[in-house]
Amino acid sequence: MSTLDQTTEEILNLAAAHFKVPREQLSPGDDFFKKLGINSLQALDLLTRLEQHFRIELPDYELQGVSDFRTLAERIQSRL
Amino acid sequence: MKSFRGKTLSWTTTGGTVELILHREPCNEIGSATLTELEIFAAALDTLQKDAHSVIISSTRAEGFCAGADLRELYHRSRPLPPDERLREVRDFLERIHRVMNALDAAPFTTIAAVHGVVFGGGFELALVCDLIVADKMARFCFPELRLGLIPGFGGIPRLRRDLGNAVVRDLLLTGRSINAAKAQSLGLVSQVAGEGDALRVARATAAQVNKFDRATAVAAKKFLKPVPDDELRREIELFCELFSQPAVEAGLRKFVESTDALPYLP
Repeated sequence: MSTLDQTTEEILNLAAAHFKVPREQLSPGDDFFKKLGINSLQALDLLTRLEQHFRIELPDYELQGVSDFRTLAERIQSRL
Repeated sequence: MKSFRGKTLSWTTTGGTVELILHREPCNEIGSATLTELEIFAAALDTLQKDAHSVIISSTRAEGFCAGADLRELYHRSRPLPPDERLREVRDFLERIHRVMNALDAAPFTTIAAVHGVVFGGGFELALVCDLIVADKMARFCFPELRLGLIPGFGGIPRLRRDLGNAVVRDLLLTGRSINAAKAQSLGLVSQVAGEGDALRVARATAAQVNKFDRATAVAAKKFLKPVPDDELRREIELFCELFSQPAVEAGLRKFVESTDALPYLP
């Protein structure tokens, strides 16, 4: 099973590729709304891609108050 | 009317299929303009059935199929009115949208919703009146109404109950969470999951298949399989109107309207 660091890295790679932001500009502690320049609609799109990538189901209310990649990774890791 | 180009939607008929296309910015929110044009479509069904066996409903908006009721219009129109008049207006809107939804639900065609992106609230209800849902793999389905102190008011609960087990209906309604297309298919809500951007093509292939069958037989089979839950739909209108009068609703709508985010009630 992936470690939290591996999961975080996969999220950063996926987000960078999909939203066309250079990977080196993203760090685990970054606010993904601001860094990716996305709104709640695009965040839902990201959620769907993450669910597919990690083969999990992640209720969107678990993302209440989550805005950084690392905490997002923790939520996903708990479902692996 | 074989074809129509409106402000919020359009339709054309090709090869035995009517394609109803939603195109209102930002994401096909259902307010008075869309309702009026849906009523025109519902009234045209009798004429359209002479040349068509199937109907596909889809959206050209990148954000998705439909984000639900136009809450901003609802808030701004109802706020200046005294409570009795506010409720009368809401009830009138509900009665009209229910007539449209019921007409689509029972329409003598095989109806297919080709959905992508956001399929929320009233948008989910519009998809549920169709016989089949073909979903882009990136589609998400949600009934967020409890977040606003309301329940789905366009017939969503009776139709969801018609299609799914009660535990699933409770999960979706009481948590207000969104589910992806794969989950929706595993629940039996979505008949096919299409590749990203491919829902309309898959819906057209499905329509071409259903168009081969005898129309009278298909219509009779649909009527037998898919009764319109009239009593429950009436009770839903009554409950919605009861809830709409509560202070929590105005507070929820105000918060929604004051936000600049696309889906301010999430997560």
